[in-house]
Amino acid sequence: MTAPLLDIRGLTKAYPGVIANDDVSFALQRGEVHALLGENGAGKSTLVKMIYGLVKPDSGAMVLNSAPYTPAEPRAARQSGVAMVFQHFSLFEALSVAENIALGMENPPKPRDLSARIREVSHAYGLPLDPESLVGDLSAGERQRVEIIRCLLQDPQLLIMDEPTSVLTPQEVEILFHTLRKLSAEGTAILYISHKLEEIRALCDAATILRLGKVVGECTPADVSAAEMAEMMVGKSLAVPARDATEPGDTLLAVENLSLPAVNAFGTSLKEIKLNLRAGEVLGIGGVAGNGQDELLAVLSGERRTPPGTVQFQGRDVGTEGPNTRRAGGLLSAPEERLGHAAAPDMSLTENAVLTGQSRKGLAKGGFIGWSRARSFADDIIAQFDVRTPGNATAARALSGGNLQKFVIGREILQDPVVLVVNQPTWGVDASAAADIRQALLNLAQNGAGVIVISQDLDELLEISDRFCALNEGRLSEPRPARGLSMEEIGLMLGGAHGMAEAHLEELHPEANS
Amino acid sequence: MIIDPVTLIVALVTISTPVLLAALGELVVEKAGVLNLGVEGMMIMGAVCGFIVANLTGSPTLAFLAGMAGAAALSAIFAVLTQFLMSNQVATGLALTLFGLGLAALLGVGYEGQPIPDVAKPLPEMLRTIPVIGPIFLGHDLVTYIAIFAVFAIWYVLKHTRLGLIIRAVGESHDAAHALGYKVIRIRFAAILFGGAMAGLGGAFLSVVYVENWVQGMTAGAGWIALALVVFAAWKPGRVLFGAWLFGGIAALQLRLQAAEIGVPVALLDASPYLVTIIVLVIMSSDRARTALNAPAALGKTFHATG
Repeated sequence: MTAPLLDIRGLTKAYPGVIANDDVSFALQRGEVHALLGENGAGKSTLVKMIYGLVKPDSGAMVLNSAPYTPAEPRAARQSGVAMVFQHFSLFEALSVAENIALGMENPPKPRDLSARIREVSHAYGLPLDPESLVGDLSAGERQRVEIIRCLLQDPQLLIMDEPTSVLTPQEVEILFHTLRKLSAEGTAILYISHKLEEIRALCDAATILRLGKVVGECTPADVSAAEMAEMMVGKSLAVPARDATEPGDTLLAVENLSLPAVNAFGTSLKEIKLNLRAGEVLGIGGVAGNGQDELLAVLSGERRTPPGTVQFQGRDVGTEGPNTRRAGGLLSAPEERLGHAAAPDMSLTENAVLTGQSRKGLAKGGFIGWSRARSFADDIIAQFDVRTPGNATAARALSGGNLQKFVIGREILQDPVVLVVNQPTWGVDASAAADIRQALLNLAQNGAGVIVISQDLDELLEISDRFCALNEGRLSEPRPARGLSMEEIGLMLGGAHGMAEAHLEELHPEANS
Repeated sequence: MIIDPVTLIVALVTISTPVLLAALGELVVEKAGVLNLGVEGMMIMGAVCGFIVANLTGSPTLAFLAGMAGAAALSAIFAVLTQFLMSNQVATGLALTLFGLGLAALLGVGYEGQPIPDVAKPLPEMLRTIPVIGPIFLGHDLVTYIAIFAVFAIWYVLKHTRLGLIIRAVGESHDAAHALGYKVIRIRFAAILFGGAMAGLGGAFLSVVYVENWVQGMTAGAGWIALALVVFAAWKPGRVLFGAWLFGGIAALQLRLQAAEIGVPVALLDASPYLVTIIVLVIMSSDRARTALNAPAALGKTFHATG
């Protein structure tokens, strides 16, 4: 075996109060797709930031291509052939694709040559992009392409990807994996951070597992199960969410013949939605992003009013009621976007707890907020949902995505809802926290509430749903019992109108067609 | 009542030069994502420093350099406060204007009405006396030509060079620029100093060339107009030039109307350049979606490097 491309020896980095990386060592071979696994806060991001030169290690050494490697800044890392795709895109919305790419390069060619190169490389890797379009107009998947192309144009030896699939649709994930396999076959090493263990099993050749800043194990992902990897990450066996079978009770929420035009040009219009949720059941709604999930949630939460008679809650017509009235009655919801929709970024956790909890938890009386009650409510959420934060006075934006997600879901669950509607409840949350959230949703249903889970994670939906239906271009399919439903059947339920995306995939895998 | 169009145009270009210089400097500062409301204070610092040095040394070149240096020094205070100590840019900018006005008044005590040298015109007498074309195109001061050249230079640099791209990137998203390894604070610091120097040159032109005297508070809101120009010109150098000339044109015209003693209140005439410039630019930038696209997204936001 030849010398590894990157050899990391005993890297240590401490921040005030926390050791982010403690004596971390591992090696990365040429052409290898290497997964870095760990819970939120295990130190994965700090480690890759050190490799990319954004953070300086306190001690330890890195060897790249058999030479000492100490990048002082990202520029030096890029010159050494290390490129990185960030979890939160480092893109400029008001600039064009070509300008964005030029900014990430050391010596960009002339604009015209660069545009030609972008077209050429993006087509070669199956990631078509128009160099002149504004990044602000692109979808999440296309924005990620911009980041990847920016890296590829520098012929990197090592490509670091920090949770690249968390914002992608399944189709886009497939395209991305195809690109990554091609790169790996050409000899580029890929360091891949993800929470999605099944993806890692499908893609990665090796995995290093971090827990609380230390390397706790290595494995070959294809040879172990996702559950085994999750156990190594968490250090204990993961409880699979479970509950006793219960008979569904009375209808709590009914939607009849609901059609609603899109709010703007980028929205989806809802078409003849019909659904029925009974007490004690979990209804899973699957679908690729942008098929009406946000619109459906807005209709159920009361952000968008609907004509009388379309939405019935406990036999009462609530279509024309606003969110606060619905909340007071026990119809709660948690939208997908954590910052700015589910939580006000610059307000403290206590203040955010008051925002949705005030009527059901009696946090405000006669226009005055009862701060001591509000703080104890926030503390309850923090304790029961293991939200890692210095305290209830911390601003929402200071929490990591997974922790804030636990907070916004916990906030609704602890208000004892009659019906809870959640969109992407475990997006960006690590495996053990995701299991906790799912268990909490199941407990809620067990205690007689109705739960609607809108999600793009089909495994999650199959795990917790009683009935499953698919949302497709604003239409909701007939629900089917989730038990025993196969991925193929689900694919057909979701499929319908995604001919475009499939055609694109076939283009990439001509063999599948022949 | 006869108004000579040739002298009107000459006056227009001269009056607009200080505003144009200050607005161009502020445009670069804002493109880098910093809102410096201290333009008025920096201009008056440029005016007093330029005038004092012109009076003491007799050299217009040194006077202009001193004006730039004085205003840049003032802007450096703003830069340290907002970039290193992360103070609020709006409050700091307002304070800078008040501080600049006060400091300039203090420095300028005793210099009112003092003699300064004439500033020589760059082009020969022969060219300047060509009828119509001479005064309009060839008879201006060097600083005026520099200001007009700066419109094209700044447009070109921002639009077509890597330096400009980096400045725009920093103003668009400092977090993303930082993640790519650009020195956000250093770039912004330099932009703020550049903006200060440009405002200072404008101020020095006002005291040394246009008014040829030092009067306390002589900038009379020119710095505020420069700030407004940048926003309503949608951060486009060409439109800043148009706005500055519009302002200069109305100012020159209303002076002539005042002299002609037409039946309009003087106060209204005095206010007219400010009013007309803002109204026209507001109408021009009324397509809000397009204007927003040009606005630096990180304008006025404090950058705090993490990780």
